[in-house]
Amino acid sequence: MESFGRALREKGFAYLIVGPFAIVLAFPFYVMFITAFKDQTEFYNPEVTPYWFGKDSPTWANATFLFENTQYPRWLANTAIVGLCVVAITLVLALPAGYALARLAGRVGQSLGVGIFLTYLVPPTLLFIPLFWVINQVNLQNSIWSLVLVYPSFTVPFSTWLLMGFFKTIPKELEDAALVDGASRLKTLTRVVFPISLPGILTVVIFSFSLVVNEFVYAFTFISPSENKMVSTGVYTDLIRGDLPEWGAIMVAALIPSIPLALLYNMFLDRFIAGFTGGAFR
Amino acid sequence: MEALAAARPRGRRWTDVFERPGVLASVLISPAVVFVLVLVGGPLILAIGLSFTNATSGELGGKWVGLANFRNEWSNPSFQHAVWHTFQFTFISQAIVLVGAGLLAHALSKNFRGKWFLRFLILLPWAAPLPLSLMAWKWMFDTSYSIFNWTLVHLNLVDKVDPPQYLAESKLAIGSVIAVHAWRILPFALVIFLAGLASIPKEVDDAAAIDGATGFRKFWSVTLPLQLPIATVALLFGIVFTATDMAVVYILTQGGPPPSFSTEMVTTWAYKTGIESGSLGPGAAISLFLLPVLAVVTILMLLFARKAEVS
Repeated sequence: MESFGRALREKGFAYLIVGPFAIVLAFPFYVMFITAFKDQTEFYNPEVTPYWFGKDSPTWANATFLFENTQYPRWLANTAIVGLCVVAITLVLALPAGYALARLAGRVGQSLGVGIFLTYLVPPTLLFIPLFWVINQVNLQNSIWSLVLVYPSFTVPFSTWLLMGFFKTIPKELEDAALVDGASRLKTLTRVVFPISLPGILTVVIFSFSLVVNEFVYAFTFISPSENKMVSTGVYTDLIRGDLPEWGAIMVAALIPSIPLALLYNMFLDRFIAGFTGGAFR
Repeated sequence: MEALAAARPRGRRWTDVFERPGVLASVLISPAVVFVLVLVGGPLILAIGLSFTNATSGELGGKWVGLANFRNEWSNPSFQHAVWHTFQFTFISQAIVLVGAGLLAHALSKNFRGKWFLRFLILLPWAAPLPLSLMAWKWMFDTSYSIFNWTLVHLNLVDKVDPPQYLAESKLAIGSVIAVHAWRILPFALVIFLAGLASIPKEVDDAAAIDGATGFRKFWSVTLPLQLPIATVALLFGIVFTATDMAVVYILTQGGPPPSFSTEMVTTWAYKTGIESGSLGPGAAISLFLLPVLAVVTILMLLFARKAEVS
């Protein structure tokens, strides 16, 4: 009976801590959601509570405005193109490297892996000025291809580290069996190792794509014409303008990429943790 | 399989070099290493080169000016303030993050109903794209329609005619960007903390239980020491992410508000000098002042990595 009481108290304690944090951390997204579907005159009217809809809401008016009167669809498309290209480049470079660091290179591989990972810590704010200069030299300014070129500089180190962690968790016996059967090492890699690493590869795809959508500094410095902007910069530079920005449309614009990314993030979080720490403390 | 083996007698084909682990490893690793060296190492060297010149975005090259850019910035009050603001921004926000994530990790390591959903809500600030979620903050800090002021006015806590301007008053502005950055980093630190808790073997728990350690005592003498290394990693990441961040500050205040510019950071000052004013040389010099922070963090991380390898 006493232990039952203690369990109850511990659970109550957990709710007491987690509940308030959850409310505070998720609050901006609640406001985003309410404003996105609220009638414009209502959120500029102090008589209507900002915590809920008024009598003319919910409405699709803000979403309609966003898709018909702004470049938002274009920014979404640009982000998708850059994201897919960056993910492809990342996989081509990080997949073999991650495998080799985990399996073939021994102790040198561990050190080299840490070295590659540390380059992930070199931030865009340190490199954007020289890269801006380079992008101008090669005439890629204002083109989304400048971002396709530069973004792998942070997705590759990050993904190599994650994949290295994943490959370490795959039993070595599987590969040995294939090798004994006479398959070449390259064939073992493409026929045996990569297929069973699919969950890990998917995790890398999602987290690399999410890094691309999150990036602000390069996208902001390299690209100025509205039609070539990314979602991360276009919404801020083009929709927040003048005395009365279209807050409803801005919130719809923020909500659309946030929902799927947040859901995917949560689904793959446990795998992410496994890979992230798997590389560090086997 | 037999056919495969027969078609591949040892030492006959050139592809056989790939059967040597060392050779195969180099072939698989070098593309990634070369790419990263060119796109991270290259610009880093270029930044150092640029910082010794008076290059502008208008003309190529620029003249060698030695250490003039560094010396000028070092004695420039705008730069000195930016360094101090970056320091405040980083350490206050990370202190909040460590306390918050520590509490949460402890609570979330237990099982209770609705945990998945609450965890989802808590991770939102890190999982959603930052430049977009900052739009919600900008709207909540709006000069006329702030939801905070609406609430405070209705509770009769602030004056309706002259409510606080969160992004336009110098003290409130730095407080706001610190709070928003803590909000952003907290879920990330939590994820790392939870990974650390999960890696503590079950046997340790059992041993502590047999020795009669429970509640606070167990937390203090068993969980906390085991948590310390992973908390250090979370803190080091947090420091790098905060000191080098530009998105939060630039999108919320653009380094303002004038005339105090209380949220001008090293990063926004480098952006204004290097890109907005086009002085690439001085701009590169300013951003290079971030390098010592990175160097210290890197060394600490390497020490930690070695420790993890030994244990």
